[in-house]
Amino acid sequence: MTANLRRRKLISRIFEILCGLAVVVALIPLAMILFYVIKEGAGSLNLDFFTKMPKPVGESGGGMANAIAGTLILIGIAALFGVPIGCICGIHLAEYPGTKFSSVVRFAADVLNGVPSIVIGIFAYGLVVLPVKRFSALAGGVALGLLMIPIVVRTTEELIRLVPGNLREGALALGATRARAVFGVIVPAALPGILTGVLVALARVAGETAPLLFTALGNRFWSTSLTQPIASLTVQVYTYAQSPYDDWHRQAWAGAFLLVMMILTLSITARLAVRRLERMNRS
Amino acid sequence: MKRSSDDRRFRLGTGAFAAFVLLIVVGIAFELTRQSMLSITKFGLKFWTTSTWDPVSGMFGALPFIWGTLYSAVLALLVAAPVALGIAIFISELSPRILRQPLAYLTELLAAIPSIVYGIWGVFVLVPIVRKFEVAMGAKPALGVGMLAAALILAVMVIPFTSSVAREILKNVPSTQREAAYALGATRWEAIKVAIGFGKSGIIGAVMLGFGRALGETIAVTMVIGNAPQVTASLFKPQYTMAAVIANEFSEAADELYLHALIEIGLLLFIITIVVNMLSRLLIWSMKRRVAAPVPVALVAEEVAA
Repeated sequence: MTANLRRRKLISRIFEILCGLAVVVALIPLAMILFYVIKEGAGSLNLDFFTKMPKPVGESGGGMANAIAGTLILIGIAALFGVPIGCICGIHLAEYPGTKFSSVVRFAADVLNGVPSIVIGIFAYGLVVLPVKRFSALAGGVALGLLMIPIVVRTTEELIRLVPGNLREGALALGATRARAVFGVIVPAALPGILTGVLVALARVAGETAPLLFTALGNRFWSTSLTQPIASLTVQVYTYAQSPYDDWHRQAWAGAFLLVMMILTLSITARLAVRRLERMNRS
Repeated sequence: MKRSSDDRRFRLGTGAFAAFVLLIVVGIAFELTRQSMLSITKFGLKFWTTSTWDPVSGMFGALPFIWGTLYSAVLALLVAAPVALGIAIFISELSPRILRQPLAYLTELLAAIPSIVYGIWGVFVLVPIVRKFEVAMGAKPALGVGMLAAALILAVMVIPFTSSVAREILKNVPSTQREAAYALGATRWEAIKVAIGFGKSGIIGAVMLGFGRALGETIAVTMVIGNAPQVTASLFKPQYTMAAVIANEFSEAADELYLHALIEIGLLLFIITIVVNMLSRLLIWSMKRRVAAPVPVALVAEEVAA
C-alpha cells in the first residue's frame, strides 16, 4: 500500500466516523427530550389532571380537564372539516395522476404544507374571528383543519397508489363505474392506511399551539360552546410553562408528557399499518 | 354512454375538492394582503427598513423581526445541515442493513415532537445549559435566553426534515455512479462524494426545505429567544422573530393599524416561506427527474410515520 492510498483510506475512515457521530448528535436531544418529559411529566400525571379544573393562582392541585376536552373538540372540528376535503382531493390526485390540474394541486398542497402554522392562524382569524369579532372554538378548529389538509391529501394519494392494480382492473372489468370502483373497492382496501394517516394528522395538529393563540384563544373555565373561546392542552402548557409558579410548571410537563405519548402511540400504529399494506402490495 | 357521463361526474366531483385546496392557498395570499392594507399604504417600504416598533405612538418598523428570523434560521442551518447530511449518508450508505429502518424512524421522531414540547424543554433544560456556557464565556448579562438557544433548538427541529429528504435523494442516485467510482479505485468516502456530487441540486433543495421550516417555526423559538427587538449579530443577546411577534402581540393588538402591521409581517413570512419552499421543491424535483426513478413506497412510509 502506498502512502497516498493509506492517506486516502484514513480520510475515508474519518468521514465515515463523522457521519456516525452526526446520528449520535441528533439522537442526544431526542433522548434528552424524552427523558425530561417522562421524568418531569409522568410523575405529575394523576387522575386529577384529567378530571379537575385549573385552580386559581396560588392554590396547588387542580388539573386540565377543560383543556383536554377543548383539544378533543378542536380536533373534532378539524377532522370534520379537513378529512373529507383532504381525502377526496387525495383520491382525485391518485385517480388522475398525470393531468396538469393534478400537478398544480399537488404543488399547492406542498406549498400549503410549508406555510408556517402561525400564518394559517392569521388566515383563520380573518375568516372566522374578524367577521363576528369574537375568538371561538370554531376558528381554532378551522385553523387546525386547514393544517391537516395537505397531510391528509398526501397520505391518501400515496396509499391509494399502493393498492394493487389488479383490484381496480377487476372492479372495472365487472362493469363498475369509476366511482363505484374507487369507493367500493379501492378506498376500502386502502382504508386502514388512510385511517391511520388521518390519526397521525390529527395527532400532529393536536400538538399545534401557534395557530390557536388568536383563534381559540384559551379559556380558564369549562366551555364546550363552539362560539366561545376554548382551552386547549397546548395553549395551556404554553401559558403554564411561562408562568412563575412551580405547580404550574409541573402541570405543563404533565401536559407535554400526554402530548408526546399520544403522538408516539399513533405514529407507531401508523408505521405498522403501512408496513402491512406494503406487504400486501408485494405479495 | 351512461358510464362515461358517470365517470365525468366522478372526475368533476372529486376535482372540486381538489380545487378547494388550490383556493385555500390563493385565499391566504388574498386575505393577508387585504388585512394588512392599512399598514402597507401607510408605511410602504419603510416598514421593512426601520426598527422602531412602538404600538402606542403607532410607529411600526419590522426590521428587527426580519433580522431575527433570518439570522436564527441561518445559524440553525449552519448547525443542522452538516449533521442532517451526515445522518443521511450514514443511514443510506454506511449503516448495517438492520439498523437503517430504526435509525430512520428515530431521527424522524424528532419531527413528530410538538413545538410546544421543544419549547418547554428549551425553557427548563436547554436555556440553563446555555446560561452556564455564557457565564463560562464571560458574556454579560448571561441570560440563557437569546439567539444561541433559539438557533440550537431550531437546528434540532429541522434536522429530521433535511435528513429525510437528503436520504431519499441519495437513494435516488443510480448505483452505477458509485460502482464507476469504485471501479476507478475510489475509497468508500470518495464514492460517497461522487454520489453527493450527482445529487447536489437535490441536497441543496433538502437544506432549503429545512430553512423554510426554520423560518416559520413559532412557539419553541418564542419561548427561548428572549423577545427583544434588536438588530445585533450577538449570539447571546435576546432577539425577536417575525413569527414570535405575531404569536405574542396578535391577540392584544388593540387598534386596527397595529393589527394590520402584524398581519403584514405574516404576509411577508408567507411570501418568504413559499418562495423558499418552491425553490426547494424545484431543486429536488429536477434531481429526481434526472434519474426518473420512482420511489413512492418508501416515501409514504416516512411521511405517514413522521
